[in-house]
Amino acid sequence: MKFEGFGGGYQGSSFSELLHVDYPQYRLDWGGFAREGRDALSVPHGTTVLAFKYAEGVLVAGDRLATEGMRVASRDIQKVYATDAYSMMAIAGAAGPAIEMARIMRVELEHYEKIEGEGLEIDGKANKLSQMIRANLPAAMQGLVVVPLFAGYDLRRRQGRLWKFDVTGGRYEEAEFEATGSGGVYARESLKKSHRAGAGRPEAVEIAIQALTDAADEDRGTGGIDTLRRIFPTVIVCSERGIEQVREDELRSTYENVLRSRAERGGA
Amino acid sequence: MSIPFYVSPEQVMQDKAEYARKGIGRGKSSITLEYEGGILLMAENPSTLSKIGEIYDRIAFAGVGKFSEFDQLRKIGVRYADVKGYAYSRDDVRARSLANAYSQAMGDVFTRELKPLEVEVIVVEVGDPELAGHERNAIYRVQFDGSISDAEGYCVIGGSADELTTFLKGQYKSEMPLGDALRLGRSALQRAAEGQIAVAPENLEVCLLEKARIGRKFRRLSTDEVREYLNA
Repeated sequence: MKFEGFGGGYQGSSFSELLHVDYPQYRLDWGGFAREGRDALSVPHGTTVLAFKYAEGVLVAGDRLATEGMRVASRDIQKVYATDAYSMMAIAGAAGPAIEMARIMRVELEHYEKIEGEGLEIDGKANKLSQMIRANLPAAMQGLVVVPLFAGYDLRRRQGRLWKFDVTGGRYEEAEFEATGSGGVYARESLKKSHRAGAGRPEAVEIAIQALTDAADEDRGTGGIDTLRRIFPTVIVCSERGIEQVREDELRSTYENVLRSRAERGGA
Repeated sequence: MSIPFYVSPEQVMQDKAEYARKGIGRGKSSITLEYEGGILLMAENPSTLSKIGEIYDRIAFAGVGKFSEFDQLRKIGVRYADVKGYAYSRDDVRARSLANAYSQAMGDVFTRELKPLEVEVIVVEVGDPELAGHERNAIYRVQFDGSISDAEGYCVIGGSADELTTFLKGQYKSEMPLGDALRLGRSALQRAAEGQIAVAPENLEVCLLEKARIGRKFRRLSTDEVREYLNA
């Protein structure tokens, strides 16, 4: 039965499909920009995000800098988003579409849960994100690439899990760690040396700070920790108890310890 | 060519209303009560198919009558709220606008379609003292013909709504603790199930909109929690 004043006739449980079918004016679609013979669109880009498993679950972190070409677009954008109580998403690439995708993803999971009466399994969540990235492919061809990381706690298997994606929506589950964005290579190198699956939470936070500091050291697009402006990376952990954002004072003391031990070694 | 019989519009409306009332009257009632910590929604419901559902951060829904019809209304309500919250902001999603939309849609079905909806719904919004302009709770009741009313303190829909409303009028006190509100609700539902044995906790569907919660304020109580509150 169709009800007046309630959109069209979409009957399913997906929010992004609902937008696509009944509310085309709101749907995520940047593929329509024809820019033949021009340079890539100049929009802010997010840089380094990383995710890895630790003893209690999974940790996701990202720096706060957005760049537009050689210029700083924003010093304190957020790149790690909680998508529900047990999952999160870290964005890299064109900031506008990526942030919008994180927003839709969040509504998507809540919408499904409300319509169906129970939430998606974590594989279902990752699959849904993969479809959204695939739908963004025309925009990616125009330079608006979005390649997020997705991570969360699997309540069924009782372990943290994480995925990376490519522009075509290809979805690859990672067993240990992953980093992406302009400084992702350096962060991954750092993680390769310091990552330990059995690390407890304090050690996990330190591993993340080490990796982000290394990435900021090598990659000009990645923002370091800025104690002067009080800009700290976003670090979110997810365990059996759900997601929890690591507080600023904990990040600050961990960072100071990292700097101290590096100074003692006599190098950066 | 056959000439259709003339039936006066008054007669048509009366017949439809009677049909709808009969359908709704066969079902059990659903009660909404304001308590000190927010809003309590409860219904006698032995099945696993829910009569109460979450719509948005501060908004919940309860329906009585034909399941397929009110569940459809619940789903379009979720879609309406999520699209609105996405297009504007989460704080712009309000129960009044949703209740009005329900009223329009249900009234439209009542006049246009041959068969009216055999449902009644309640849309509630819990107030947030931190949010200017959103401090107060709101309870709206929408009937099968689209007629809409707002209630304060308590509201009953379904089978024995009139009788239970009279009962609650005498018993309801504002700012009750949750346990008291839950027991009052149960004794009202028990009245509706006259002559039958006590309404057991496992046959109660109980949901809350809790003022103190951050973000989504809707919570469904488990049977154990319900039992605990009833026995306290």
